[in-house]
Amino acid sequence: MRIKCPHCGERDAEEFSYRGAAGLERPDPHAPGAAAAFLDYIYMRDNPAGPLCELWYHHAGCRRWLVVTRDTRDHAITSVAFPPGAPQEPG
Amino acid sequence: MRYSIFSLVGQALSGNRGWTPAWRRAAPKPHYDVVIVGGGGHGLATAYYLAKEHGLTDVAVVEKGYLGSGNVGRNTTIVRSNYLLPENIPFYEWSMKLWEGLEQELNFNVMVSQRGVLNLFHSDAQRNAFARRGNAMRLNGVDAELLDREEVRAMLPFADLDGARFPILGGLLQPRGGTVRHDAVAWGYARAADARGVDIVENCEVTGISVAGGRAHGIETSRGFIGADRVALSCAGNTSRVAAMAGLRLPIESHVMQAFVSEGLKPLIDNVVTFGAGHFYVSQSDKGGLVFGGDIDGYNSYAQRGNLPVMEDVVEGALALFPNLGRLRILRNWGGIVDMSMDGSPIIDKTPVDGLYLNGAWNYGGFKATPAAGWCFAHLIAKDVPHETAAAYRLDRFARGALIDEKGMGAQPNLH
Repeated sequence: MRIKCPHCGERDAEEFSYRGAAGLERPDPHAPGAAAAFLDYIYMRDNPAGPLCELWYHHAGCRRWLVVTRDTRDHAITSVAFPPGAPQEPG
Repeated sequence: MRYSIFSLVGQALSGNRGWTPAWRRAAPKPHYDVVIVGGGGHGLATAYYLAKEHGLTDVAVVEKGYLGSGNVGRNTTIVRSNYLLPENIPFYEWSMKLWEGLEQELNFNVMVSQRGVLNLFHSDAQRNAFARRGNAMRLNGVDAELLDREEVRAMLPFADLDGARFPILGGLLQPRGGTVRHDAVAWGYARAADARGVDIVENCEVTGISVAGGRAHGIETSRGFIGADRVALSCAGNTSRVAAMAGLRLPIESHVMQAFVSEGLKPLIDNVVTFGAGHFYVSQSDKGGLVFGGDIDGYNSYAQRGNLPVMEDVVEGALALFPNLGRLRILRNWGGIVDMSMDGSPIIDKTPVDGLYLNGAWNYGGFKATPAAGWCFAHLIAKDVPHETAAAYRLDRFARGALIDEKGMGAQPNLH
């Protein structure tokens, strides 16, 4: 498996560390129902068989977090991008 | 047909023309008391113990492929009960005891080989941790022996004991651990369950779970609807996918785990040996091939194949431990999909849906648990209360903060 890093170009997956599903929002600990929201945030996962948006960290390259969309059935990668809210320029 | 030396000799003398199939090719009936989703070792063991221990014989096991095509035929065949935590030890020891009597129980040669499981340690800190684990095992009645370097040298004279980087200081040995021929476990349980009236339905993939009024009523399959009073999920690797059909969201990620077999060798490694400075474990099959594995690949996957970095890592561990394997060639490798849970421990429990039971989240350690998982899951399905040895494996433990984190890694499934 190779991941096309927007900053470094196409690199072997060995250069990247895996975090898991992207897009999880840390709940407000003071909001009502925070315990249940944290249970979902920390433990519960969709775990789809199909396209999954996930976080990879390019530890042996530019050391930036990437959002990778990858099909969990065949490891085919359809998009790699910097996370929303992060600087979108390489570097 | 009962298997014995007499049946073997009789068949040999009559040209082996009288063997009968080990189980019927059952077509699904419209309704059962219990339908088990997943014809792996766990599902088949559950069906067997439901029939044998609880008298429930109106049971079907549905399997999307053929028996033995999933994880029961993809693991590295190791059985052991060398756990640390009080929630785990009694369960895995009960499994070990069931393994020890399984061949007589099933009248099937599953090749239980109690050749010993040796975990090597390479530092003083690791020795302390292994001594603690061994003490925990012995306090719970499990066999454990802490070996020093010379005792390990006597067992593994060809290991790199005195290497500068990872010197072997000793090992924790569980003499009763060992290996079991994994696909024979599926066949043995299938045959024994079938003989007690259980229907085993192969090539029958579940496509939906029928839930009405908060209660499960049956399953939709590629071979039509099958009604059931109780639906039991035993499909680790795909637990999230199947449970989602009943609206459940679980603390599980699916990951790919690779295993490897080398070309055949003369007898070399007598035990199961694990490397303590990396992730590598090995045993030698009766055909002579080394059967070995290491870490999971570390990313969510439903593809039953992995990637090269883990293969390289496993082989590096092998050579750090046994330099004499340097010119050995790998014959085959494959991947299996495992449920990695958020605390590295399994779930055997009821679900929020009435009549829907869950056995899953076995991480990379489900094979050794097969008999006890079947025993405890059958107990839960039949009596609606958990078996005492599996009482901690509850689905709500994540909400209660009662995690069973054997490795202390936290909610990061690819680190367990």
